[in-house]
Amino acid sequence: MTEGQPFFQLDWVLDNLDTLAQRIGEHMLVTVIAVVAGFVISFGLALAVRRYPRLYGPILAVSGVLYAVPSIALFVLFIPITGLSLLTAEIALVSYTLVILVRNIVTGLRGVPADVIEAARGMGYTDRQRLWRVELPIALPIIVAGVRIATVTTIGLVTIATLIGMGGLGYLIVNIGVQQRFPTATITGVAVVVLLSTIVDLGLLAVQRRLTPWAKARGG
Amino acid sequence: MDFLGQVLAWYTDPANWTGNNAIQLRLWQHLSLSVASLGVGLAIALPIGLYIGHTGRGARAAVAVSNIGRAVPSLGWLGIAYPISTGLFHRGGIGFLPAFIGLVALAIPPIVTNTHAGLKEVDPELREAARGMGMRELQILLRVEVPVALTVILAGVRVSAVAVIATAPLAALVGGGTLGAYILQGLALADEVRVFAAAVMVAVLAVVTELAFAWLQRRAVSPGLAAPVDTGASGAAAVPAL
Repeated sequence: MTEGQPFFQLDWVLDNLDTLAQRIGEHMLVTVIAVVAGFVISFGLALAVRRYPRLYGPILAVSGVLYAVPSIALFVLFIPITGLSLLTAEIALVSYTLVILVRNIVTGLRGVPADVIEAARGMGYTDRQRLWRVELPIALPIIVAGVRIATVTTIGLVTIATLIGMGGLGYLIVNIGVQQRFPTATITGVAVVVLLSTIVDLGLLAVQRRLTPWAKARGG
Repeated sequence: MDFLGQVLAWYTDPANWTGNNAIQLRLWQHLSLSVASLGVGLAIALPIGLYIGHTGRGARAAVAVSNIGRAVPSLGWLGIAYPISTGLFHRGGIGFLPAFIGLVALAIPPIVTNTHAGLKEVDPELREAARGMGMRELQILLRVEVPVALTVILAGVRVSAVAVIATAPLAALVGGGTLGAYILQGLALADEVRVFAAAVMVAVLAVVTELAFAWLQRRAVSPGLAAPVDTGASGAAAVPAL
């Protein structure tokens, strides 16, 4: 920070709303790709666990190890293979969502009461019908809870992707704020990240409440 | 395999063990910064968590603050600490200090949350019994509540310690050295070997820290409480924000 420069300049934010919007767009794009890809993979893994319960231990162990690798390290470990690309960032981000999503989807499916499954079977539902019409709707609140944690975590992690040239709000925090010594950009970037996390989290909660109106009646 | 050979060669190259960019120097910066940050973070967070947990006062405020704290990305803490350190100390804001301030801020929320949560779960009858035995408040806290809640408290310390070790590389952005210096140099020079070698060291440090605290957590539990308690790595810190 150069001498005499105010800590926070609102003018700068107002003058750069278009840049801000662009960075938010980049940030959310990277986030959405990671959560969607992570969900698709996790859903597949959870269905495999539903059929072969023995797979759960090894899958949790592997995703747990990936989760323990520091984000800065994971973001750069794949550079030798995939270069400075969106793919490198997404590999790291998707890895972090797996442990959260697999655990919540499996927990949700396993929480379906046995008599409900019996009833569905007795009504002549096939395995697939039972999954889509009985088990998944019942598991939905826990699954969405996992998606909320994964999304909020990812929004925070995407800030680091600027180190490998992916832009986003991390660009404001690091490339402008720290490297050009302009605290206004850092504070703006952090505030917008916190705000985005909160809005997306509440938005997903609202979606879940709409999709499971029956859960509310029982105080869920 | 050729790439991994180059990485091995990097570790063993004597040039990387001398001068002001030597591996042992970067390791020392990494560890001293992390230990100092965790230590000061503990000194601030533990009393706050104990006070809130014992008296029940300020719990709502503390939970709200640490939820916001957890939504701030680790990079954000360092970014914010940078101008604060410049403003407070007029020292150009480069080096150890801004990284230190940022990491201390990062370390505080999990310790406050878990200490508070751990004390809150202590059976009220234990507290009553201690009071009936004539213990003073401080004695109740230190001899009854803390030993019972120790596993949960240590789970919070463990989350903080791993977060600090894992985030310390970002200190390089504000001139604080650490193993992150190699990552930034490597990215700037397009030297993938250096980036990869440093990333592996950071990952190993984090895993070792995690395992060391897991061990400590198991060892520190009072024998009288050795019944199976949830000692999950996440503890109460896994509760999502909001």
